[in-house]
Amino acid sequence: MKTSITPLFILLVFVQLSIGCNSNDETSEYHCPMECEAEKVYADKGSCPVCKMDLVVKEEKVVDDSHEIDPNSIFNLESKWRTQNSDEILLKQLKGDILVVVMFYATCETACPRLIADMKMVHDELGNNKGVNYVLVSIDPTKDTPEKLKSFAIENDLNSQEWTFLNGSVENVREFANVLSVKYKEISPTDFSHSNIISVFDQKGVLQYQREGLGIDNEEIVQEVSKLQ
Amino acid sequence: MIKRLIFFLTIVIGAIPEPLMAQVQSDMKKIKGGIYVPLYGLDSSNVIVDDFYLDTYPVTNDEYRNYLLKNPSWRKTEVIQLFADQRYLNKWVNDTTFSHSFKGQSPITSISWFAAKAYCKSQGKRLPSVDEWEYAAMASENEPNAQLDSVFQQFIIEGYETPKTSLKEIGQSSPNYWGIHDLHAMVWEWTSDFNSVLISGESRKDVDTDRKLFCAGGSVNATALMNYAAFMRYAIRGSIKANYCMENMGFRCASDIIK
Repeated sequence: MKTSITPLFILLVFVQLSIGCNSNDETSEYHCPMECEAEKVYADKGSCPVCKMDLVVKEEKVVDDSHEIDPNSIFNLESKWRTQNSDEILLKQLKGDILVVVMFYATCETACPRLIADMKMVHDELGNNKGVNYVLVSIDPTKDTPEKLKSFAIENDLNSQEWTFLNGSVENVREFANVLSVKYKEISPTDFSHSNIISVFDQKGVLQYQREGLGIDNEEIVQEVSKLQ
Repeated sequence: MIKRLIFFLTIVIGAIPEPLMAQVQSDMKKIKGGIYVPLYGLDSSNVIVDDFYLDTYPVTNDEYRNYLLKNPSWRKTEVIQLFADQRYLNKWVNDTTFSHSFKGQSPITSISWFAAKAYCKSQGKRLPSVDEWEYAAMASENEPNAQLDSVFQQFIIEGYETPKTSLKEIGQSSPNYWGIHDLHAMVWEWTSDFNSVLISGESRKDVDTDRKLFCAGGSVNATALMNYAAFMRYAIRGSIKANYCMENMGFRCASDIIK
């Protein structure tokens, strides 16, 4: 008696498996591997009417985390950046923190020091900087290498971990500026003209507040950040 | 099956470069670089423009529709809000059908900078810079630099004054010196670094240029017309944002010349 159970059991497992396979097949859609007909799918196997190749099972699109990104979030940008510590990062790696963002360049002698001073003031006034990341993006990526940004951070006492300096390609910096509506132009090999804008993004990367101009009361920025904390 | 696929892929990949190259040759024109004085810039110094390729025509509705068929993420119901405002393709009936009042050979409009940039990238191209665009666009039919040709400047301004030029079809007017069509009298065109135009006086250094800008209207000669036309373009560039989609703004692509 005992000996006859085992084959039966194996048989059952096989039946179970084949049912599993069948049900899987039923839900599959087939499409041309060359996508001759763009998005078109077929319920059954066969060949593509255009290139005559065998249709293949259309693989389910892997759900990546981009679907969770808010449609207005800067984390939709896929650009790569390097930090002052030469770490390669994507913007979405900054997710979860409130971001206080400015665009600047390290050799700037006119407006930037005041912009940086404003950032520092906000940083100091907030006191509790948990969950806040102060992001400084260079508009002069060729000169402001990660090493240069690191020494700038040290010189200006912006070397604690809540300060992030970003260096990106010329094209990616342009794109980033466009998301912030920041305008800038190289007016000589050593000088840039640029908008002085401090932007506040929430934890999802959605722009919540912008302040344009220098030396204006920082209280509003502090309040905006506090609201999000 | 896999062998067949690999075989087919080899053929496809092997065949790509030539037609693509041919396309670059036929749809783009080579612009020989040079030095030019920007009509209106933050500094008055000469700007050096390198040789580059520029699309002969603005990108059309048909071309953009074909692109959307292959790139669902840029369809109007799919597009990420960060990259295009509410007016993106606003006259399109649905995701892949443009309004019947548009023609396939008319320039695509109601398009954002992000969308234009992505389109050019998909073609292995890029958007032209402000300087490249201005450099190519200062050529009349007969000369590469017609900045001081009052007839040409008048033609440009008349183009700005004519309504609904975006509904015209491409290639109906004469090409310029480089063989490029429709840089004027059709649509505003996106440039890669349009956000380099600061005319809101954000920097102390703007003051002089602003004065220069507004003084241009003081006398009516070729220079004044030239400055006026340039002012129009720079004012547009200075006032838009990258997610704006306007009914009279389109684009064309450029590419580097690989030496």
